[in-house]
Formats: sequence, structure tokens, C-alpha cells
Amino acid sequence: MKSYVPNTESERLEMLNVIGLSSMDELFSDIPDALKLDRDLNIGDGMSEAELRRVFLEYAKKNSSLPIFRGAGAYRHYIPSVIPHLLSRSEFYTAYTPYQPEMSQGMLQSIFEYQTLMCRLTGLDVSNASVYDGATAAAEATLMMRDAKRKAKILLSLGLAPDVRATIKTYAHAAKIEIVEIPLDNTGRTDIEALRENANGFAGAIIANPNFYGNLEDMTLLTNTVHELGGLMTSYVNPISIGLIKRPGDYGADIAVGDAQPLGMPLMFGGPYCGFMCATQKLIRNLPGRIAGQTCDKDGNRVFVLTLQAREQHIRREKASSNICSNQMLCAIMASMYLSVMGPSGMREVANQNLQKAHYLAEGLSQIKGIKLRYENTPFFNEFVIDLDKDVIAVNAALKAKGYVGGLRLNYYGGNDNGMLICATEMNTREEIDGLLAALEEVMR
Amino acid sequence: MTPNDRYYTKDHEWILVEGNRAKIGISDHAQDALGDIVYVELPDMDATYDAGESFAVVESVKAVSQIYTAVGGRVVEINEALNDQPELINSDCYNQFIAVFEFENLNTNELLTAEQYEAFVSEG
Amino acid sequence: MRSEYKLIFERSHAGRKGYDLPKLDVPELDSLIPSDMQRTEDLKLPEIAEIDLVRHYTNLSRRNFGVDNGFYPLGSCTMKYNPKINEEMPALFSDLHPLLDGDMAQGALELMLDMDKALCEITGMDKFTLQPAAGAHGEYTGLMIIKAYHEMRQDTARNVIIVPDAAHGTNPASAVMAGFKTREIKSNPDGGVDLDALRAAVGPDVAGLMLTNPSTLGLFETNIKEIANIVHEAGGLLYYDGANLNAIMGIARPGDMGFDVVHLNLHKTFSTPHGGGGPGSGPVGVKKELIPYLPYPVVMSHHNGPAVLDYDRPLSIGKVKNFFGNFGVIVKAYAYILSLGGKGLREASENAVLNANYVFHHLKGIYGVPHDRICMHECVIEPGELLSLGVHTTDIAKALIDRGYHPMTIYFPLIVHEAMMIEPTESESRETLDEFIAAMRDIARVAKENPEALHEAPVNTPVGRPDEVMAARKPIVKYED
Repeated sequence: MKSYVPNTESERLEMLNVIGLSSMDELFSDIPDALKLDRDLNIGDGMSEAELRRVFLEYAKKNSSLPIFRGAGAYRHYIPSVIPHLLSRSEFYTAYTPYQPEMSQGMLQSIFEYQTLMCRLTGLDVSNASVYDGATAAAEATLMMRDAKRKAKILLSLGLAPDVRATIKTYAHAAKIEIVEIPLDNTGRTDIEALRENANGFAGAIIANPNFYGNLEDMTLLTNTVHELGGLMTSYVNPISIGLIKRPGDYGADIAVGDAQPLGMPLMFGGPYCGFMCATQKLIRNLPGRIAGQTCDKDGNRVFVLTLQAREQHIRREKASSNICSNQMLCAIMASMYLSVMGPSGMREVANQNLQKAHYLAEGLSQIKGIKLRYENTPFFNEFVIDLDKDVIAVNAALKAKGYVGGLRLNYYGGNDNGMLICATEMNTREEIDGLLAALEEVMR
Repeated sequence: MTPNDRYYTKDHEWILVEGNRAKIGISDHAQDALGDIVYVELPDMDATYDAGESFAVVESVKAVSQIYTAVGGRVVEINEALNDQPELINSDCYNQFIAVFEFENLNTNELLTAEQYEAFVSEG
Repeated sequence: MRSEYKLIFERSHAGRKGYDLPKLDVPELDSLIPSDMQRTEDLKLPEIAEIDLVRHYTNLSRRNFGVDNGFYPLGSCTMKYNPKINEEMPALFSDLHPLLDGDMAQGALELMLDMDKALCEITGMDKFTLQPAAGAHGEYTGLMIIKAYHEMRQDTARNVIIVPDAAHGTNPASAVMAGFKTREIKSNPDGGVDLDALRAAVGPDVAGLMLTNPSTLGLFETNIKEIANIVHEAGGLLYYDGANLNAIMGIARPGDMGFDVVHLNLHKTFSTPHGGGGPGSGPVGVKKELIPYLPYPVVMSHHNGPAVLDYDRPLSIGKVKNFFGNFGVIVKAYAYILSLGGKGLREASENAVLNANYVFHHLKGIYGVPHDRICMHECVIEPGELLSLGVHTTDIAKALIDRGYHPMTIYFPLIVHEAMMIEPTESESRETLDEFIAAMRDIARVAKENPEALHEAPVNTPVGRPDEVMAARKPIVKYED
């Protein structure tokens, strides 16, 4: 059994004696006997490091390590080595929330830099220090729009990922916010007429770009329309795509949210990731979560602190607009490091590689008999939907046998959509793509 | 000194009545307890509130206080200077109102005079 | 000593580059994106070399303090040592996509199922969801489950959650976010729930009571069984805030005390790093009758068959985040649980409580104590007579910084005036505690001899006390050049 208690048996006894006790049990005399567990917990006898490694390796062996062509909200991108190395500085990862600014300047400055980087990435004025993930960022944006407009109705594009919509609905149910889902038109983009028809009394809309199906929306038109109808616009974006396309601030969005996972975070079976939230200056007090700000100490040195704390739960208690009291700090630092090391040219280059590889894959797929691009004339970024003549589950099983993880079947949540959402990033080599195409050619035959 | 031209509440607001209008601000005791005020959330013009409802929020660095109206009515004026200079409340609380309400009925039964309010504060 | 530190933006040089990518190996096509959607200007991001980034963050880290730097007795946060082996385990799952078909992620799903079982055993609950990302998120999830339970029974008048005045601020905020009203009840003089106040507060409108046990004063709630009876008889459910579970692992279980819903903080009790404020993980455990309301998908196994994700949960509260939770954090916590085993977890709790009592015993004569009795894993003290010298809790905290310690939690719980809440954890050796006690004694001495000196603290830090008023009045929240 491994123990992380430094004190020896005799030291423990001495300490007990100092406080006038003779056994550990006496420390727990406040607990009624009837509530005391009369046995050891049944979770094993503990393990050495070597044994532990073996156990986890066994778990890991049962997972697939085949090349993947799957995105749908979690993307495989190259993570520069410098990021995990710097992240292993334990002054960062073993610290807690920087409540004592004099001994937390490293973390506070990192948050301030993260906020600045996210503002520059989204083209908006203010950013918080991050929230749990993209889905919760979108849910918090729902509450922000409600509070800013004092109207309890939000429009959601069906182009948002199913998990994101489901999370928003959970939050909206509790907050008694009416959610109206806006369908996509036959080009796979938000139906602007349906948006107009449902806008009566709404606080705002949340629209994904690129959307869940990979399609690029006409965000300028959508944003102008939402504003004309009197609402606020929240844009849910894939941060890598901004290497090439307009930023939410460029087309006038009021709030930008999304998941920062593509910016240097490993897939890790779905988390931890990092939700980013940026907004216009006007909405700063509606922004939930932590915010770092710049000020001075009495010698005039530039100093960073957590600021605007009176918005938060530990002061407002039941009057707080959100209960969030942490952020995804380490993940936010990963995003900062990624954006800093990639710089303007790296962001453009990685985005372009995603775009080019996905289009190369799409072109190849469209040549295969029995496969059709669902939204043939709609621009897309790094993923897109194909329709298959054969059952999608059978096709993926056959691909697995040939050594590939195919796209995501669109009926994974239930339903009967036989389509496949397929993705390519800079991590998929041409060889891999050609291999997948050859395998599919055989499978579809 | 607590001005005796106006009413006070046990929530530490003052109410200065002029015709069918009531100016509302916070007392010296309240601004002192909050400390350095960093933000005042003002109500919207023309918003209506019932007596007893919270219509504004005053924030210091580490505390926050809801401001209640003892008068039901419509907001006809807000002190926009507080948007840029919330610290005005610290320096001159009795001349810096938060909002002016237009009311139809005023029930002064629950309100305190300056003298009663001072007694209330000193009781702690 | 005092110094500003450049921002990454102030290190940028046009044209400098810190990344590389493989050459594009497919034909490059133009006009794939309509020109009106393209961004023409470059993003305003730093242009730096790799070494610039390395020096920047390495030096930033030196302006920060973690558990690995020294003693961090931040009450209620359980800043225990984060074992290094645990940090290495998640890398085995780095490239695992969350939306693989179950047979391709069997190891990850089995691990989640095994973690679920371990947490059930530790807490006495019947099933856990690992989806919530943090403690507050767990609270929200647990309260949504309580809401769904009452709604399903058509008991929709139950819209009140009772919260003791000693509770963490998150409790009432979570309750409101879950669509409840809160009813605060006063604590009794011992800091526990006042049974009469509770009896008066329950009724047909009460959905549940949120409680942490041991309480935020670090004291065990001895009447817990009776509290559970009062709430249950009134038709409400009992919610356990797991912030303080580190006191009782292997000794007593919330499930046996009558709690219906529990959230845990893996980043506190189970030793995953706090990461400067995240990522954490806040699993929620429930009793059998509440399992149908857990967020979907639920990881399960039918008759010991393969582990599967069940999305078909008609009574579920829905989802509370993307995918299945902070899996990487869950892996680390599971490594901790397996390393220690049943006996090791009990040993951890025993020593956490011993260390807290040892510190409390020595500080009693120097500082004020609101409750002089055996505490659990943390203790609460007050400045006592130092207050009359103009020395406040903040001054004591800042003086600790000068002596190389992270301060305790200050001004919480709210029901103790100028509270200082100290949680040493089991990770600390006797000599560390002795040195800390000596530092606290020294601060009390300075307070009496030269109280002014404490208002200047800290002086041994890269920056002095910041002007927080200026930061809040005129917020500067990003760098402008």
C-alpha cells in the first residue's frame, strides 16, 4: 500500500499525546457509533507505483489506437511539445485559485494574457478566465442574454452540436427560459426565415459556425438579422477555423463562445477541455466566472488581481447570476501557449491544412459509388456529412476491420439519420486519407 | 450628520419626498459599511417597482448590497454620474441619489425620521 | 525584489516563429471559402520563438505558489499533496476520441465504471455520474436531480432548498441556478443545524436541505440522523456537499447518514491537482430511487457484459456538459484511490484530522477560538484580542505570505467574525506544522509590539498589496498596444 502521510507511527502517537488523546479513534468521538463504518472500505489493499502502472496499461490496451476521421466537437490536432512540458511546472498545477495576488502573480498574469488572446481571437472586447467547456459556455451565454435583455426566450440553431443543445436545455429548464430550435435549410445552414418567424419576444440567438455538420454559416447576414429583430447574437465557434474566417467581432456578434480544446488540448476521452466566453464591453457585468484585471501596488508596479468579484457566488450567494466558482485554468493556459507559439502565421497555416485535407477527402469520397456529399454546394471547414447507400453502422464496422475509425454516425444519439459526419485535420496524412478512401471503396462495393 | 429633511429605512436607504416624486439614496452608515464603492447598477428609466422591491445594486470590492425602494412607482430619473464615478456615493451620499420615483401613494408608516434612524443605527 | 514582469505581447517580434507543421501533402486549392467569409488581416497574436515561450512561462511559474512550494492550509479546499504517478496516467488516454463506438473505448468505459463503484463504496451511495466538471457543477447537477424527482411525482410545489447560514456561498447560488428559492436557517451556537429552526423551516414547499458534514466550522454534525428524519418526513431530500469528505473516508459514509444525493470534489479529497482553479471534477452519487434522473449517457454494464453508454434515459435531467466529464481528472483520482486502497484512505482521513487538531491545540492560546472542542479535518480561529490592536485577519494572512506560507481561508465561514479557517491535510509532517505554529505565534507577537508593521505585509513578494478598488472601478481586463 502506498501512503502519502509523512509522519511515522511514533510521531502520530506523540502528536495525539500532545493534544491529550491516546488513539486515533478518540478523534472521531463526535461521530455516533451507529454511523461508524465497522469494516474496511472494499476497494483493495492499495498498490505500489509499479502495480498501478500495470493496471492502467491494461485499461489503455482495451482502447483503439487506429487512425481517426472523427471530430464532432473534439478534434485531433498537433500539440507542440513545449506545451505539456511547460504545463508540468507544479507551481502552476498544484496551486489553487489566485485569491492571494501577491503570491499568485504567475497565474493572474496568465489569466490576463489568456483573456487578451481570446479577445484578439474572437474580435470582442472582454473575456472571462474560461468555464468548464463549450457546452456550458453556451448555457451561460443563454443566461447572459436573458439577463441583458430581460426576456426569457432564446433561439437555438439546430446547427449546434447535440451535446451543446442538450446542456443549454438543462440550464434553460431550471431558469424557465423558453428555447425554440431553428431548423437548418436544405443547404445545411440555419433557416433564416424560420429564425425571423420565431423571433417575437426573444432575447437572442445562438448559432454555431462552422456548425455541427461542418458547414460555414452566413454569419454576417444572420447577425444583422438577429440585431434587426432586437436580439443579441451569440456565435459558437471552432477556434481553429478563425485562422481563416471572420471573427465573431468582425460580423458584430455580441457574445462568442466555444470549446478551446482544439487549441492544444488532448482528446482525453472528452475532457478536461475549456469553454471560452467573450463579449462586448457593454456585457462585461453579465459575464459569469472569474475575470483578471490590471491594477497597481502602492509602489506603482503593474499587478494583476481577480476583479469584478462582486458578481460572483461567494459574495452574491443566491443573487449571483451563475454558481460557477472555478475555471479550467490549466486548460486555458494550454490555449494561451498554443496561440502564443502558433502566432498569426501558424494559426493561418494550421487552419488552411485542415481546410485543404478535408476538401481532398471530400473530393475522394464523392468519387466513390454509393457515397454522396449531403450539402454539396455549401462551404465547409474541416468536416462534412456524407450519405451512404449502405447502413452506416455496418460501414464503420467494416472500416474498423480494415484499420480505420470512420466518421461519426449521425444516429449515435438515436434516431434514423444514416449519414456520417467525417473530419480531417492536419494530423491525417495523405497516406492515411488515401488508405481510408481505398478501404471505403471496397466496403461500398 | 443625518439630514432631517427626509425619511430613512431600516435597510439604510434615505427617501427625499418632493411632491409626487421620491429621491432615493443610501445613508452614510450604509456607504461606510460597504467601503469603497466600485459599481452601481442603476434601474432602467420608466421601470416600475412595488414598494419593498430591489431596484438597484451597489457593489464594493468584496461586498454587494441590494437597494430597495420603500415607494412603489415608476423610475423617472437616474443618477447617471454614478456610472463613471460610483465613488460619489462615498464622498457625498446625501446629495447623490440613485433614482427618482414618481408615485401615486406614499405610506410613511414604516419609515423612520432622521432621529429614529440614528437611534436604530446606534442600537446596532 | 519588487518587479513587474513583461507580458507575452511585449516579447513579440514581427516575423519570429515558434511552431512548425509538416508540409501540406495534398494539392492546395483556392477559393474553398467564399471571400466574404474570409478574414483578410492577420490575427494580432504574439510572434515569438519557442525559447521565448519557455522562459516566459517558466519565470511566470516562479511568481506563483503551489502545494509543491510549501504549506497551503487553505480551509475547505483540501490542498493535499498531488502524487506524481497520478499525473502520468492520463497520457495513456490522450488520443482517445470521446465519440468512438463503445467497443473501441472499452478500457475507458470500464475505468469509469470501476471509478463509479469505488465512489459508491466510499460514500455509501448506489450510482455515480462522473459528468460534472467541478464542485459547483456537481451541486447544480444534484439539485436538478432533486428537482426532477419531485417533478416526476407531480410534487411541483416543492421549490425551496434549505441552506444553513454557515454554508459555502456556492450552495445558495447553485440552488437558485437550479430554479429553487433558498431558505436560510441559522446555526446553533456550535455551528451545527438548529433542529428547531429546521423543524420550523420544513414543509410542503421544501424540496431538500443542503448540508456539508463535517460543517464549515470543521465540526461533525452529531444530529445528522435526526436532521435526515426531519427532512425526509417532510417529503424533502438530503443533499451532501462533499467539500469536507476528507475528514471521514473509511470512517463514516454520507449514504449511511441518510443523504440521498452527494457530490464529491475529486480535486480536493482525491488529490487531483487544483490546477490554479481547474480543471476539477465533481461526480454526483445518488440512492437507487434517483438513478433514473442522472444525466445521460450513463455508463453501465448488463450482467457483467461490456461497459456501454446508455443514452436512452427518459427521466434523465439531460446533459450538464459535453461528453462524459473531465475524464483525465477522473483517471488521476482513480489512481489515487487504487494506490491507497481502503486502509490507506482511512489513514489519510485520520491523519488529516490529527493534523488539524494538533494545529488547533497550539493556536488556541494565541488566537481566539469560536468553538473549543475536537475538530475534524479543519479548524476555525479568530484574531481575538489582536482586533483591538487594529490587526485584522487580512493582516495575519499577508504576514503569513512573508513567512513563506499560503494563508488559510479568510473571512469564511461568514458566521464567525473575521474567521480564519485552517486545513493542514494529512500530507504535512509534524515539523511543517510546528514551523507554521511558530510563524503564527510570531505574527501575534509582532501584532502586539508593532501592529503597523503588519499593515505593510507582505514585503517579501514580487509585488505589494494591489489596489483592488482601482481594478474594480476602472476594469482593465486585457492588454492594449
